[in-house]
This record gives sequence, C-alpha cells and structure tokens, in this order.
Amino acid sequence: MAVVETRKLTKVFKQGELGAVNEVDLETREGEFLVFLGPSGSGKTTLLRMIAGLEHPTAGEILIGGKVVNDLTPRERRIAMVFQSYALYPHLSVYNNIAFPLKAQNVPRNLHKQKVEWASSLLGIGALLQRKPRELSGGERQRVALARAIVREPSVFLLDEPLSNLDAKLRLSAREELERFHRRVGTTTIYVTHDQVEAMAMGDRIMVLNKGVVRQLGTPKDVYDDPADTFVATFLGSPPMNLIEYEDLIVGIRPEHFRLAEDVKETNKAAFKFRVENVEYLGAEFILSGLLTGGKADGKKVIARLLLGHSFEVGSTYDFAVADRHLKFFDRTTEKKVPARALTWQ
Amino acid sequence: MAVGTVKIKSAGAAQSPLLGFAMFSPAVLYIVLLIGAPFVLAIFYAFSDARIGSGQLHYVGLENFRSIIQSPSFRQAVKNSIIFTICAQIIVLVCSNILSIALEKPFRGRGLVRFLLLLPWVAPVSLGTIGWKWILDSIYSVITWLLIWLGFVNRYSPPMWLGEEKLAMASVILVHCWRLIPFSTVILLAGRTAIPKEIPEAAAIDGAGFWRTLFQINLPMMIPILGVAVLFGTIFTFTDMTVVYILTNGGPYDSTQTLPNLAFSQGIQGSDLAAGAAISVFLVPVLVVIAYLMLRVAHRAEVN
Repeated sequence: MAVVETRKLTKVFKQGELGAVNEVDLETREGEFLVFLGPSGSGKTTLLRMIAGLEHPTAGEILIGGKVVNDLTPRERRIAMVFQSYALYPHLSVYNNIAFPLKAQNVPRNLHKQKVEWASSLLGIGALLQRKPRELSGGERQRVALARAIVREPSVFLLDEPLSNLDAKLRLSAREELERFHRRVGTTTIYVTHDQVEAMAMGDRIMVLNKGVVRQLGTPKDVYDDPADTFVATFLGSPPMNLIEYEDLIVGIRPEHFRLAEDVKETNKAAFKFRVENVEYLGAEFILSGLLTGGKADGKKVIARLLLGHSFEVGSTYDFAVADRHLKFFDRTTEKKVPARALTWQ
Repeated sequence: MAVGTVKIKSAGAAQSPLLGFAMFSPAVLYIVLLIGAPFVLAIFYAFSDARIGSGQLHYVGLENFRSIIQSPSFRQAVKNSIIFTICAQIIVLVCSNILSIALEKPFRGRGLVRFLLLLPWVAPVSLGTIGWKWILDSIYSVITWLLIWLGFVNRYSPPMWLGEEKLAMASVILVHCWRLIPFSTVILLAGRTAIPKEIPEAAAIDGAGFWRTLFQINLPMMIPILGVAVLFGTIFTFTDMTVVYILTNGGPYDSTQTLPNLAFSQGIQGSDLAAGAAISVFLVPVLVVIAYLMLRVAHRAEVN
C-alpha cells in the first residue's frame, strides 16, 4: 500500500495552448478512496494517465510511496488500472486475462492458478474462467477487469470511469460492489468520474477539477456543503445551486434549502416572495422553478426542491425563506468563496 | 421541387434492373474474357496435345501430367516455387511487421517515409525488376562495387549475384520481397490501427514489455488480417513470373526455375502449349487449398 503524491503536475499537449492539467498538487491518504470529479475535458483522465505512467508530464513530479516515479514505466510503478472500456484481451479466456499480469511480472508459474482463483472468487466470477470476454455481459466484464487488476496485489488502484458503460440499474449494484470490494482489499484507490452522484456516494474524498485546475479537495460533505467556488457549487447537486447576484457578491442557495417560510424554523432567515412558473412532480418530491419578486432579488430565476405535503399553483406567489446558515457567499469577480455577511434583501 | 425530382429519379434508377446489369457487366466481361476463358482453355489444353502451329487437337488423358511429373525441370520448379514462396513470405512478414510498428506512431517526415515505402508497389514490376537486374549485374553491380570499396569482397573474384545457384535464388527472393513488403505493410498498418489503444496500454500497466505485448497481445489480435496478408502474399508469390523471368529466366541450371516461368518457357517459348497448360493447371489445386486454409484461419480467429 502506498500514497500517491503529485507536485505541480502539468500536462500541455500542444505548445502554446492551455494545459490539460495545470500545476496539480495532490496527496492521497493511506487506503483511501479518492474521486477525481469533473466535466469532460477537465483533465481528470489525463491526470490519472500520468499517475499510471501512460502519459508523460510536461512539468512537475509524481511520487508513489515517497519515490519520484516520473521516469518509471507503468510496470515499475506497481499500479493497476481499470479502463473505461475494460480493455480485456479479446483473444484470451477469462483465466488467461487474469493470469496475464502474473506472467508479465514473472510470478512463479505454480502460483498462477491459486492467485487467479483467489481473485476470481473475490469477485464471484469463478464459473466464467473458461469464457472469452465477448461471451460476458457488461457487469461480468467489469468484474474480470477488476480481478485482472487485483491479482498482482498492486500498491495503488486507478479506475477510469469503470461504471459508465453499464446501464443504470447495473450501475447501482456495481457501485455497491466496488465499495464493498474497496473496504475488503483496502488498497489506495483513485477513481475518475464525471458523475457527481457516484463521486458523492463512493468517495472518501472528492477532488473537483475543471479546465485542468483543482477547484476543491475535500470530503463529499465539504464539497457539497461548503463549495470553494461557484463552479463546485453548481457542478455538485441536482438541481444545481441557485446563484443570485447581490451587489459585489454572488449568493448561493441549494434548492432543498429554499423552502416555504412556515417550514423554516430558524430565527435568522432571509424571506423572499416566490412566483411559481413550473411544477415538476417527481413522486417523492417537487421541483419548482420560478422567479423571486420584489426587493433586491427581483426577477431572479430560482429552483426549489420540496418534499410532498403542499400544493402549488403555477402563477401564484408564495412566501419562501432560507435560513441564514444555508446561504453561501462568493465574490462576484473571482467567483471564490468569501466569508458570510449580513444582507438585507428588501 | 428540383430536389424532389432528383430524388425520384435516383430512386427509380436504383430499382431498374437494367442499370444494375449495365454497372456490373464490365466487371463480368473482364473476368469471363480475360480470366475465365483462358482458364477453361488451359484445362482443355492440359488434356490435349495442342502445339503452337499445329491445327490438330487430340485428347490424351493424363499423358501431359505424367510427362511433366517425370521431368527433372518440373520437379526442380516445384521445389523452387515452394522455397521461393515460403522464404519470401517469412521475410515479408517480419519486415512488414517491423515497418508497421515503426510507422504507426507519428514522427517528423512520416508521410514522406510512407510515400517512399509505397513506391516499389506503385512502380511497374518490370521496370523495377530491370533496375534490380542492373543493380545485380555481373560487371556493373553497385552492390559489388560497394562491397569492394568496403573491403568485404575481393575485386578479382566478385560474387555473381545472378550467376551462382544459391546467390541467384537469394537475389530473386529478395527482389520479390522488396516488391511485396509495401503491400503487406499497408495491410498490417491497417490491422494494427484497428486494435483499440487501451489494449496495449492495459498490457503495459499489467507489466508486459515490448516483446510480450507484440507476441501475446498485438499479433494474436491481428491474426485475421495477417491471414489476409499471407494469403495474398502467397498467391502473388506462387503465381509471379515477372521477377524470375527478367532476372534469371530460371537459370542458372534451373536453380531459380519456378512453375509459372517453366509454364511460360515450355508452353509459349517451347511451343508445347499442352505441357505449359498442364504445368499451369497443376498450380490450381495447390492455390485453392492454400486459400481455403488461410480463409479458415482468418475466420476462426475472427469468431473467437
């Protein structure tokens, strides 16, 4: 087991262009499940590929277990990686796919069978060993890819969007399986995804990336409750955080914190008039979208998420409120988080 | 309006059986007249006593085959054809593999290198081979000149590239390889780029080095396309007579004689059409078997 560290890690694909990854500083913790989260093009996969040794950094250092590994081959880094497409060897049986890393790393031949059986039973694919990858379902392929990754007992696991090829139902069970699997083997794991739900559900910590820059690194609770800037604020959460311009500030309100005034028990709260323009009924909750009316926030579009128990009519105006402690504050020019301030909306 | 008319026209044309027929008839005519008819005629001649200049034809059964099988020239030609084909195929496969690996990754001037590489295939065979005849000439050979200059070869007993039995065979094989390598390289390049990029990357992560990735991952995945390359190469080599005809015409002492060249020299130059036809027809079952085996290998690899 080992810690992965990057120091000012940068990758520029075309000279003169903006880097795909820019001066990323990162340090994983022993045995943690770290998620790189970002939209496509945010540099998360490039960062992962540099750690894997598939991409050479333009500048900066990568350390694994305290040793600089910039010039080491993927093999020498003792990492394992699961690709988005799984990249199983199509001409080899499941058994030979899992045994391939053992052969490649010259593990004594008499240990192969035992190790392959250990890895395949850990993932419940013992019955599939004689099959070819094309005879497997998506979920089974993913498990074979994982088995191939753990069989050599790597020091670090890298997973590149391993769930994105599965259908929605399978994705949920595969996610739970991955979490269970990580708890069981306890290997430091870096997981790349663009899916904020996956990131929130699985990550011990989440690193949010955009345009090759780290926007925030913290626990799921940190990044959700205390976003470092407006990008993180709107990227996490569905529907995204409402952003309302106020003098030199941008004020952020999560849709679930924007509630009927009578339901907000706190004494310190900001009150709004909210005209409902659209109601979406989602079974367990409502998504309301509409406009704030009157005061400094007049005409601002806002989305609210409410539990059932009330009825709303399109076109009517209701009294809504937000507890002060749920207001987030960002600088209007830098879009970075700033300390809370007392506001008067009227 | 105009668009509508065009659409109706083309849809109507696609349905007309006459147009379809007109479109493929040149190909059918070409095959029937230039390949089918001579082929049938050759089979017919092979069982007759046809000779150039003689108006009469008699059925002689397997007599032609019996006589060619007994002829030492023919046996030598069969042996040479096999050596020629196998050696050429091995050299072509190895070289075109190396070239396809070298040309896969982008580098400065790759386009130019690819263009130069294709030249032997694009240039007319006969012209290229005549060039080689000069390069390998007993007096004017630049290779000999270079070897003398480098001190590897004695000025007074230089190698006779086309005049010594073993050297002549080697020369014929190498010139043929020079011609086939570009074709094979292009096929293998296509096969190589068809392998998803993650697969060799996964192999690198799994700890495989260059050779293991090549022999256990890339080449096995390329078996269908390798099968096609070998099939074409084998047929081109087994049936080729240009290189042998121009360089050595089968000499010295039949040491580079191959079946197509023997068929030509006996059937056309020696006026014995029946013998020439029998030698040519002799190739057919061999090629059919090779083609069948290759296609099966390619198909099986694809299915698995």
